[in-house]
Amino acid sequence: MSPVVRLLIKRIATSFIVLVGVSLLIFTIARVIPGDPARIALGPNASAEAVEALRDKLHLNDAFVVQYGYFVADLARGDLGQSLYSNRPVTADIAAYLPATLELVFFAGTTMILIGVPLGMLAARYRDRPLDHGIRLFTMLGVSAPDFVWAVILMLIFAYFLPIFPIAGRISDSFAVPPVTGFLTIDSLIAGDFAAFGNVLWHLALPAFALSFAGIGQSARLTRANMVETYRKPFIEMALAFGFPQGRIARRFAFKPSMIPSLTVIGLDLASMLGNAFLVEQIFAWPGLSRYGVAVILRKDLNAIVGTVLIISAMFLIVNIVVDLLVALINPRIRLSQRSS
Amino acid sequence: MTAPTLAIDDLRLGFRGWAGTVEVLHGISLHIAKGERVALVGESGSGKSVTARLVLGLVQELRGARYSGRMAFEGRDLGALSRREREALRGDRISMIFQDPTSSLNPVYTIGTLFHEVLLRGTPGIGTAEARERAVAALADVAIADPGRVLSSYAFQLSGGMNQRVLIAMALANNPALLLADEPGTALDVTVQAQTLTLMQQLVARHGTSMLFISHNLGVVREFADRVYVIYKGRIVEQGPTEALFDNPLHPYTRALMAAVPRITGEGIPEIDEEQTGFYAPLVAHPGHSEAELRP
Repeated sequence: MSPVVRLLIKRIATSFIVLVGVSLLIFTIARVIPGDPARIALGPNASAEAVEALRDKLHLNDAFVVQYGYFVADLARGDLGQSLYSNRPVTADIAAYLPATLELVFFAGTTMILIGVPLGMLAARYRDRPLDHGIRLFTMLGVSAPDFVWAVILMLIFAYFLPIFPIAGRISDSFAVPPVTGFLTIDSLIAGDFAAFGNVLWHLALPAFALSFAGIGQSARLTRANMVETYRKPFIEMALAFGFPQGRIARRFAFKPSMIPSLTVIGLDLASMLGNAFLVEQIFAWPGLSRYGVAVILRKDLNAIVGTVLIISAMFLIVNIVVDLLVALINPRIRLSQRSS
Repeated sequence: MTAPTLAIDDLRLGFRGWAGTVEVLHGISLHIAKGERVALVGESGSGKSVTARLVLGLVQELRGARYSGRMAFEGRDLGALSRREREALRGDRISMIFQDPTSSLNPVYTIGTLFHEVLLRGTPGIGTAEARERAVAALADVAIADPGRVLSSYAFQLSGGMNQRVLIAMALANNPALLLADEPGTALDVTVQAQTLTLMQQLVARHGTSMLFISHNLGVVREFADRVYVIYKGRIVEQGPTEALFDNPLHPYTRALMAAVPRITGEGIPEIDEEQTGFYAPLVAHPGHSEAELRP
């Protein structure tokens, strides 16, 4: 078995343990926070008998361990229970809202990597020169305020005062894209509707940039720091001594070794966007999982809370596994080592 | 008479910093004739490595570096070359071998990939198959028994001695006219260092490559160099043919340097006074070996 496959199996196994831990934790928290979910669901005018009947139906009167047992048994069948907020299965709600969030996070992540990493490379190559200082200023701006502040500022400037971008939503009402995957970019391409595709990108631009701004700053600073570190290594001096042009040294000889330490952190940034998306989605009225998550927490909708948190944790873990695999692929020491650690 | 492979005249180098310019080379003159092996010997910080990096054009790219003097490579004035022309010389006509072979090889590429890159410097557009063929031949030249395995390995999978051989093969792959060896193999143990240096000497002789051998190891210098320049605090203090210089060191610093070699008989490490005024005595050239007498 190759070390990479072994690494993959190990990561999946540990991720599974993490998921079990998360489910226990969120299951407990959801039940100890004050407020009776049955009462909130039925409203203040419902009779005590009706509330009691709903509590029985939801197994809320059983012991905690028994409740968790029901939850695990349902989960094994792919059933996360019924949402009291939308009166639909939680899995159906997640299927409806998750693609919007994933699409936003995907574009934010791509923006972060495509802008942040090259900025870091440029800053490292022209270190301590004006370009480096300029990039530092820009990246400090990004990390100096949280995403939702940038979301508000960008919206005010580029959607309100200068109405270049739309203020809210995923797509203009005039477009009708038949849903296939839930990802509007993919669905519009499947439908062959390029105008709709452009419209979707136009809607994505501001929220994706707001969500990625801090990440751009962080990945640029990180890439710069690691590249500067690499530039001090003897193998770079050797590349210089062999007369390779500066650009080729940056792109081919310095970039790949520098990405090994950067990649893990950039992956964490990417995963944390899933959580940061909560507020950005609120501001741009983005019909995503985060908005759903906030709504169900306020309604104390137990099944929906647990389901949403579990899905976000699972996404987080998947991103981490992918990043670990990428690191293994570019780092021959991991790829070839017999003890994959 | 043809121009020497390398001729340096009155080379001065300073670094401009907060507290004014710090001069590190105070007028160095040396030359290397075609096919000649010349050693530049001195203690750490004497300016020997920076001289080699000036020849390569690496120091010129540092901000704050100011140099004067003339450096000519095969008759071409290095100071008059553009940055692009300097880059074109490096790795093709002039190449360099470094101290620590393992950390001089990029850790994320195989030796084969790196070798291909090196060959591209001399033969632009060379294909993978041809590069591999030439790399195999070059590695066989440095007495590597299974070049195929080495080419598909990463540097961290090979021993230091093996990596040193790879570096020698890479440095000579494009048939340079001048090889700068900056304390080659200092990071290796003595027996492996001796093996690889012997190998390097044979190859350099076979290719007719001129060599500037930078070292603080007098034993190694005596073994491998035709002529020696002794450098102390940015000045050449003594120059002459290896035999004469070792048999009859004339300059006080050269004598101190030779006295500083610990004896295997165990008389302890000799004590050398830091501030010996005699070390600043002017250049002594052995008869017939001053720059003026040797240069055409």
